[in-house]
Formats: sequence, C-alpha cells, structure tokens
Amino acid sequence: MSLPPLPESAIVIGAEAADWRAAVTLAGDALARSGAAAPEYAHEMIRMIEEHGPYVVIAPGLALAHARPGPEVLADGLSIVTLQTPVNFGHPHNDPVRVVLGLAIMNAAEHLVAVAALANVFNDSHAIDELAAASSAAEVRQIMGAA
Amino acid sequence: MKIVTICGAGIGSSGILKVNAERVLRSLDIDAIVVAADLASVRDAAADAQVILTSAEFVDAIGATFADVIVVTNYFDTAELTSKLRAALG
Repeated sequence: MSLPPLPESAIVIGAEAADWRAAVTLAGDALARSGAAAPEYAHEMIRMIEEHGPYVVIAPGLALAHARPGPEVLADGLSIVTLQTPVNFGHPHNDPVRVVLGLAIMNAAEHLVAVAALANVFNDSHAIDELAAASSAAEVRQIMGAA
Repeated sequence: MKIVTICGAGIGSSGILKVNAERVLRSLDIDAIVVAADLASVRDAAADAQVILTSAEFVDAIGATFADVIVVTNYFDTAELTSKLRAALG
C-alpha cells in the first residue's frame, strides 16, 4: 500500500503558527509547493473545519487537514508540518496539535489505498511523537516510510 | 451487518476509520461491510446500518437513526475501536 507522494518540498519542520488557521495554511502552502494543489486548496481545508468543527484532529496531537477532491487538487499528495509551539483546534480530547498533515486527493473512490497506508504508519502510537521530534525532512520521510 | 463511517468530506478521516474498523472487525472475527460516507449522504448510507462510527462533532447532525452511533476519539487507536465495537456488537 503506497502513501501519497511526500517530497521534501512538502515537509516543514518546527514551524511557527499563530493559530489553527495559520497551521492549516502552512500545510496547504506545502501542498502547493510540491505541486499537489493550487494555493486556494488551503482555504478549502480551512472551510471544512469552519463548517464541521475540529474533527480533523483525529488523534492526540495530530490534525489531518483535507478537503474534497476538486479543481484545487492537481495531484494526489501529502504534506507534513511540525509545529514549534502546539496550537489548539478546539478539539475536546486531542488538542494541542503538534503535527499537521495536509492531504490532497484526486479521486475519492481510490483514496482508501492512500489512507490505509496512513493508518499503517499511525497505528504505531509512537509515530506522532517521532514526527513532532524530527529534525529534518529526510527523517520525516523515513518515519512515514515514504518511498 | 453494515457499519458506516462518517466525516465532513467523506474522504480522509472517514476512510481511516473504515480501514481501521475493518482491521478490528477481522481480529474480532465479525463479518461486516464498512462504508465511508460524508455527512450529506448519511441518511442513505446509514438507512440499513447497525453502527455509525464518527467524531463527536457529527452526532447532532446525524440526527435520529436506528443505528448505534459510536463516537471515536483517536482514529488510530485500534484498542479504543476494539472495545467500543465489542460493546456495541457484543
């Protein structure tokens, strides 16, 4: 099972974000840098959270920012932002967030292979701590098992 | 048996719940179909479902249903999923 592409250009280590919107924007910017999404995709990811709440904080310390497939998605891709200072998303149990994943998906029907690969990584309960402590993009790619 | 996972987009988080629920059901030896859906299609998707897996944010929006609604806190914690599914299905 293969992870969506995670080039080093889509990885930001130790970023500063004033709030959850800034953190999600960084994850969107990283997807734009790697060519997976248009810059506007960040707004779509923020809009999903404004509309539905902080459910994207799917595990303690980890947010999976994403929106629906649409014209802003240019290719399947993943981005990872680790935060110098954790930010709150307003989640009742899983705040504060230290690691933000950005996920761009072209095709909803085929995305389960990609999320199964994500589940493989994060079913190891140490993965979030390891990512938060990573000091280089290469180390992040290694933790994620990115090919 | 049918289980529906619900999130805002119908991709991403509900997909992760689906994948992990299938893993847990297999380990519990429970035969079930798990479908990932977005909030907008929950009525159709969950009409014949026994269980809905979702986040606390979506419980009110899911509304009246015959299915057991299970709120999952950590989507990657298969121990949490195992104990909640076992309680609902056991």
